Amino acid sequence: MKKIRTHSDFERIKQEYLKKSSGRTIVLRTCLSTGCRSQKSVAVSEALWSSIEKKGLQDKIEIKQTGCHGFCEMGPIMVVEPQNIFYKKVTPDDTDEIIEMAANGGGVIDRLLWKDPVTKETVKCERELPLYKNQKKNVTYKSGRIDPKDIRDYIAAGGYEALIKVISTMTPDEVIDEIIASGLRGRGGGGFPTGVKWKICSESPGDIKYIIANGDEGDPGAFMDRSLMEGDPHSIIEGMIIGAYAIGAVQGFIYVRDEYPIAIDHLSGAITDAEEYGFLGNNILDSGFSLSLKIKRGAGAFVCGEETALIISIEGRSGMPRSRPPYPAVEGLWGKPTVINNVETFGNVPLIISRGREWYADTGTKNSKGTKVFSLVGKVRNTGLVEVEMGTTLREIVFDIGGGIRRDRSFKAVQTGGPSGGCIPMSRIDMPVDYDSLREAGAIMGSGGIIVMDETSCMVDVARYFVGFLMGESCGKCVPCREGLQQMYRILENISEGNGEEGDIDALLEVGQFMKTTSLCGLGGTASNPVLSTLRHFKSEYESHIFEKKCTAGVCKNLFDYYIDDKLCTGCSLCRIKCPEKAIEGKKKEPHVLDKAKCIKCSICFNSCKYGAILIT
Amino acid sequence: MDAQVLDRILDKYAYRHSDIIEIMQDVQRIENYLPMESLSYISERLELNLARIYDIATFYKAFSLKPRGKHVIKVCCGTACHLSGASQSLDQITRQLGIEEGETTEDRMFSLETVNCLGACALAPVVVIGAEYHDSADANKIDKLLSGYKVNGESTD
Ligand SMILES: Cc1cc2nc3c(=O)[nH]c(=O)nc-3n(C[C@H](O)[C@H](O)[C@H](O)COP(=O)(O)O)c2cc1C
Ligand code: SF4
Ligand code: FES
Repeated sequence: MKKIRTHSDFERIKQEYLKKSSGRTIVLRTCLSTGCRSQKSVAVSEALWSSIEKKGLQDKIEIKQTGCHGFCEMGPIMVVEPQNIFYKKVTPDDTDEIIEMAANGGGVIDRLLWKDPVTKETVKCERELPLYKNQKKNVTYKSGRIDPKDIRDYIAAGGYEALIKVISTMTPDEVIDEIIASGLRGRGGGGFPTGVKWKICSESPGDIKYIIANGDEGDPGAFMDRSLMEGDPHSIIEGMIIGAYAIGAVQGFIYVRDEYPIAIDHLSGAITDAEEYGFLGNNILDSGFSLSLKIKRGAGAFVCGEETALIISIEGRSGMPRSRPPYPAVEGLWGKPTVINNVETFGNVPLIISRGREWYADTGTKNSKGTKVFSLVGKVRNTGLVEVEMGTTLREIVFDIGGGIRRDRSFKAVQTGGPSGGCIPMSRIDMPVDYDSLREAGAIMGSGGIIVMDETSCMVDVARYFVGFLMGESCGKCVPCREGLQQMYRILENISEGNGEEGDIDALLEVGQFMKTTSLCGLGGTASNPVLSTLRHFKSEYESHIFEKKCTAGVCKNLFDYYIDDKLCTGCSLCRIKCPEKAIEGKKKEPHVLDKAKCIKCSICFNSCKYGAILIT
Repeated sequence: MDAQVLDRILDKYAYRHSDIIEIMQDVQRIENYLPMESLSYISERLELNLARIYDIATFYKAFSLKPRGKHVIKVCCGTACHLSGASQSLDQITRQLGIEEGETTEDRMFSLETVNCLGACALAPVVVIGAEYHDSADANKIDKLLSGYKVNGESTD
């Protein structure tokens, strides 16, 4: 019988599991999440099993198939414990050697170690990697360490202790007070105090209440929620059960975007297991409190991440937002009081309960407590998932953790907050990353995407990109958003095609301000942020597009040309062979020439030249 | 699509109107698109207005009312992929296959689509063909990538 009723049941299951796995002292943690899986980590995992079997080491070595470790770019990745050796880009051919080394307890395979692209030094241990060593992993600590498909592994790592504490020693109001006192704010973008939201819902009249986790992760270019759902689904579920207990909900939903099949798989398995162990379902832990959880899959509509639209989508209709108030905490799913929080917000809850409000409030800044998970991508050397204390500076994130800009190019900006956010220039690189500082700089925290741009990123193109994205995603219900986006897009398109005119910048500012104050939902209300923030910090780039008809970043096709620098060109002929338009000519070992008239600016030569001889004018 | 298969899907969701999106997702997973006859059948059996089903089918981007090719190519146009040259990759695929975004090749081998983000941003630009993810798929790599499918997928022209 697996169903847990008492604390001693829980301890027994935990001890049994720990005892069972204690014999195998060597543990290989391999990642089977989206990033590594797309680089064939499943084959690596299978090869590891057969290597172990071949050598008869089943009792000595354990393979733990984990979720995301955060360094997806280096996948398939693997960590050998207890030495904490980090291997990158592992292939099935490497596995015999890995197993042999691990079994002998000594030696490392140099070619599989991560090498610093600047100093060329290799790093042996996972905890010493620059990407990891400056992080503070609280919420993502277990992802990459536990098997997300085995509830016992989560329990052995301290999981579900917070739930037991809540159910056996706290009243719902005490839970709410604890969350309020911790200072936790929503991680889905708005930053609303979570405990306050719960209190409003708990005080709203009604017998039926709902709890919803928002795993829609619409920000294109962000994947922290995916990693958490794949790598540590039980922490989200535990947070939801605690929330449901606090507000008195009997049913809950996890809304996950359909583009995340592994997250859906792991969450479904986790719900089934939690039911089996008595953490979900009727009469949870013999307390009289009941909760059922269900997964709802999204269907590719960005606006459905907005809470009222998401609720309507769960009800089985087209997800168009409605005006607030009433807020969902008062009138939500099927008209009943509903708490909706981001999945990472729920992931923080068990930590706060287990370790206490003081512990939690001790990290972060005055108004932004705890840590935040970011997905650091774009033109940085180390891309991946990073969790840092609130208040860490952008410089630390981009240069210490991210290792600076790729190919020794120069830093131009970071974009935070996705389509609702803004760009921050070099002059503000030392600002602390918290809710208030980002807002003051014209960006927002958003859900946690940090996109780094270098000299080859065009800020007009970035603004056009986001406006185009939102134009496609606007539900069309209200005029300012629907029409405003079209107008802004038309102007930006003209500018990037070389048809910009005097007055365009003023028109953008006017439309942008108007949309901010008159749109119905947050999509339209924040849609002009990418435009307004790039205008604020990079106005000269707009001006050179409009007046000089130049895109110095080499992005807007009508506004630049490629040419070959005859001093840098070695005549290797790679570009000549690759050019689909045969626009490049030249003899081997002699400088080549590019015919501008034939060039379609497909970028193939620019990106393949090893000598940096293709330049932009 | 077989009425039997459709009934099985409807049974799975206990004929709940609130699960209509899931029901349609299950149909699309099998058929690769939403055949009109299947939608009419669902509308009848659920006693749910066909207009509402059609509204859902056109509102959510994941649904397609047109048949799609054997290999559905999805080019990620999320922010990270865009900055790493996704639009050049898309252009190159368009040139290679002679179809625009949203179209299917005449031999029904390839459909070309864009998606907003696949959550694999650290591997940008990402192109997914069928269920297979391809990382760092810049314009440079497209020809090689597609030729793999043309040879394996019996479609050599
Ligand atoms: C257009 C739009 C898209 C949104 N997308 C998401 C999303 O993908 N994930 C999310 O958690 N919140 C998203 N939000 C915010 C939600 O409306 C809501 O504020 C949030 O889920 C509340 O959770 P929190 O308090 O834990 O942050 C979006 C808001 C808007 C206006
Ligand atoms: S602001 Fe845009 S997305 Fe929001 S309701 Fe209006 S039209 Fe729809
Ligand atoms: S932006 Fe392409 S996978 Fe995220």
